[in-house]
Amino acid sequence: MREYSKINTAIFYIILICLCLMALGPIVLMLLTSLKLKVDIFNDVSTFIFMPTLKNYSSVLHDPSLMRYLGNSLYVGLISTALTLVMGCMAAYALVRFQFMGRDAVSLNTLLMRMIPPAVLTVPVFAIWNFQYHLGNNLHGLILVYVAINLPFVIWILQSFIQQVPIQLEEAARVDGANPFQVFFLIVLPVIKPGLAAAAIFTFRIAWNEFILALVLTNRATRTTPVHISLFLTEHNIDWGQIMAMGMLIAIPPIIFTFVASKQIITGMTAGAVKG
Amino acid sequence: MKPTSIMNRATPYLFLAPAGIVLVFALLYPIGYLTVASFFDWRMGSPFADAVFAGFGNYAWILKDPNFQESFMVTITFAFAVVILEMILGVGLALMLERPIRGMTVFRTIFILPMMIAPIVVGLVWRYMYNPQFGIINKTLKKWGFESIPWLSSPDWALPSVIIADIWQWTPFIFILSLAALQSLPRSALEAARIDGASEWQQIYYIKIPLMMPVLVVAALLRMIDAFKVLEVIFIMTNGGPGLSTEILSLQIYKTAFVSWELGRAAALSNILLAIVLVITLIMFIYTKIRDARIARLQAAAEQY
Repeated sequence: MREYSKINTAIFYIILICLCLMALGPIVLMLLTSLKLKVDIFNDVSTFIFMPTLKNYSSVLHDPSLMRYLGNSLYVGLISTALTLVMGCMAAYALVRFQFMGRDAVSLNTLLMRMIPPAVLTVPVFAIWNFQYHLGNNLHGLILVYVAINLPFVIWILQSFIQQVPIQLEEAARVDGANPFQVFFLIVLPVIKPGLAAAAIFTFRIAWNEFILALVLTNRATRTTPVHISLFLTEHNIDWGQIMAMGMLIAIPPIIFTFVASKQIITGMTAGAVKG
Repeated sequence: MKPTSIMNRATPYLFLAPAGIVLVFALLYPIGYLTVASFFDWRMGSPFADAVFAGFGNYAWILKDPNFQESFMVTITFAFAVVILEMILGVGLALMLERPIRGMTVFRTIFILPMMIAPIVVGLVWRYMYNPQFGIINKTLKKWGFESIPWLSSPDWALPSVIIADIWQWTPFIFILSLAALQSLPRSALEAARIDGASEWQQIYYIKIPLMMPVLVVAALLRMIDAFKVLEVIFIMTNGGPGLSTEILSLQIYKTAFVSWELGRAAALSNILLAIVLVITLIMFIYTKIRDARIARLQAAAEQY
């Protein structure tokens, strides 16, 4: 191992901390702006010295329509995550244990589905959901799209976790008279909990953050929060304090996940690059 | 047959069915629908059944359309600029900062934050920072005695502005990946080079970069795919303007369908974008196959001795 001099180490940590400030800067700026009155935002003097106020949050949270949209976002996020996980791990289990397709075929499919730009789905999803499935302007329609776009990735990531479950464990249960469903729910699921956590975070985050499909599939009653923000922004007189407060409200759940489960997130993010 | 054995046989299908049904109805069918719709002259407001078959009319029209040509160039410029700059910055930082780090988990957590928050929020924050009157960037420039820059309002600066925002958001991805790749390099090769007196630069150029190459290529291709998917950040920051200076293809698809109401044309446009991304994806898949085959061959060869 090489030795590092003290100065070297100091420079090294200074660079690292500067990078952190750069990564955090815009987010902190959003937080600060959300705590400012209009006067302070337009005031030229300083970014950091001002009287913090929760007025923006209170006016945003007292708006019944925003509360409704937050509720919509939460509903869509939770239900689509639950459905994706249930369907995803059943499918992943079948693919691994019953050897349907080789792992290669699944990887290629996952990759192909992952590459589809959401904008490409807007036209067919809009037309099919409105005119054929009669799911237009309906939160369940949105849930259906999110389950579909998240499934390939979830199946793929859970597959690698299921492969690590020792088959002897399942065989022992089967000898004791468990049927395939019991084996799956009582033996396999508890073992792959970490994988499920990673998959849940990914799915929820995408459903919670997604914008363009929600924009074309919802109306005044069924909007999600990102759509609401974008429509709020097109007006000429932008109330930056309030809009940043809304931005914070959307950003908080992903930020919490990041701090709670950064390890799983990085695993999920790098998995795609390290092995095809 | 006994009921249990029937159940055992049916199990795999029962397990696959829910996911399979959802994927067929909510992903494969829409993509198929898209392909069919792209051959029809179809406008918003009339049912698809009334649309007139147009053959390759939509595609011919799009390829001749100067708006498409400009948007296409904007998209390509954006994707390549973003990937090249992020690779240089991310890999450069990883090479510079590669050493045992105390508290690396905390740093890594902070670095992934920009990728985790909603793209809509990223667009919002950057639009605020670029604001000509009270945006922090121009304020700082003025304080240091520079001219303020018309970031989002000038056609020359708008594209660089959105590129900068994307670099902020995604450089950490490349950084984290290349750091992981660096830390898993075989120590023996680096030791050998050091003992032979290779300088720091020679080690980087002749040993580290070549050994990291497989991961770097895949990371670049993944970023490239994602760069073609970008929509929200630009939608919020500039909505494609001024003029068409930041109108990437995703945005043009949305506008063609939901502003101009030309669904058939938007479908054709979607297919063109899909084809571009498909080609990159296939390149990536073939590359990883070749890479894995090579690794397997090398391992097999190594085991013989």
